[in-house]
Amino acid sequence: MNVTRGFTGRPRVVNAGLPPGQYDAGDDWPVLSAEVTPDLAPADWTFRVDGLVEAPRTWDWDEAHALPGSAYEGDIHCVTSWSKFGVRFGGVSLDAFFDVVRPRPSATHVLAYSHTGYTTNLPLADLTGGRAWIAWEYGGKPLAAEHGGPARLLVPHLYFWKSAKWIAGLRLLDQDEPGFWEQNGYHARGNPWQEQRYSGD
Amino acid sequence: MTENLASGTRPETRFAVPGRIAVSNRAAAVWQTATLTEIRRETPHAATFRFATPAWAGHLPGQHLMLRLTAGDGYTAQRHYSIASAPDDAGHIELTLDHVDGGEVSGWFHTVARPGDEVEVRGPLSGFFAWPGDRPALLIGAGSGVVPLMSMVRHRRARGLDVPLRLLVSARGPQELIYAREYGAETTPVFTRSAPEGAPVGRLDAGHVAPLFADGPAGGWEAYVCGSNAFAEHASRLLVEAGQPVDRIRIERYG
Repeated sequence: MNVTRGFTGRPRVVNAGLPPGQYDAGDDWPVLSAEVTPDLAPADWTFRVDGLVEAPRTWDWDEAHALPGSAYEGDIHCVTSWSKFGVRFGGVSLDAFFDVVRPRPSATHVLAYSHTGYTTNLPLADLTGGRAWIAWEYGGKPLAAEHGGPARLLVPHLYFWKSAKWIAGLRLLDQDEPGFWEQNGYHARGNPWQEQRYSGD
Repeated sequence: MTENLASGTRPETRFAVPGRIAVSNRAAAVWQTATLTEIRRETPHAATFRFATPAWAGHLPGQHLMLRLTAGDGYTAQRHYSIASAPDDAGHIELTLDHVDGGEVSGWFHTVARPGDEVEVRGPLSGFFAWPGDRPALLIGAGSGVVPLMSMVRHRRARGLDVPLRLLVSARGPQELIYAREYGAETTPVFTRSAPEGAPVGRLDAGHVAPLFADGPAGGWEAYVCGSNAFAEHASRLLVEAGQPVDRIRIERYG
């Protein structure tokens, strides 16, 4: 252990929900995106799921909203080391989309991409079983553009760069393909509990 | 089933690390010791911390690192910071940190740290915001958002590059302008609250940006914006309105 002289840190928060290396951002919700926030109206938003699926499909705003609604209440964790507790997102579980397109048995990974061109990769297993959403509400209100509105991917059990803002689609693949930050040295999976921040962690 | 799912089937994307920038993924995984050698006050709220980093593999202007402090009971705090120094400053890196109210890490730096202290760093991280010095660069920063941009300015100066580079830097007033004594003809300061005698007071606006496009380089600019989220939103909108393509605007936001 490499102790820093004179460093005591904040009073320790006893919070079992805080992954290693994270701190509680409280009411703050930092905005971290490398691109210009797009001017994307709900009427122009579409969401496509294709690749290794039986029935590729594109949903528009109304069609996506016609699927059964689903909410996430819990915590989110950013690789830049803040965590945010007790947030509430509303949207639709990805399971509802997968039920329609029917992933093929050979599908193992997903490349998520945004209307801005941002990409991020995930194992398919991280997006099924009620653990991932297309989210368009935050705290009961429409999701703000700077936080990915009108709609973003939400995968709260992984670092938040995986939860692609302005989500445009998912491509199911039989291999892992690094996305934008992953090509920049970030970890392929990004599990906050294992501190999978950077390639090699 | 694999033949039609090679990388050729990636979604169309204009948003990516420039191919000309090589990112080392390996260096980012390793923590190394950085020894504080010097502290320079920049403004009442910001100071530059110079470190000896003998194991540092080098960086590109605009990259950042992760810094870790460890308390006696094993508690750690880690933060991302942009690198202020030019790559040519071999064996050393400099960070310029604001003293954040109640800031756990910046508070330690501003009130406890002294030369000889050791911290841990890993990096450099992310090539997206990097500028290797090969294309005209239009830099817009506010407050401590000027830090990664200054690495670019210093790099251009240290290498004697003649590729066009312009810096618009916004500060509340002359006392808050980080690196004030280092700016040259490439820089236009914008003062939002108080300005030196004869200089205007006001927010960065289209009038600051327009001349850089009226008289811009053939082939256009690579634009780099760094600052608070509110500033980044404002500045990037001004750039888009001035005709800068969105896929040639790179943004680093603070909170």
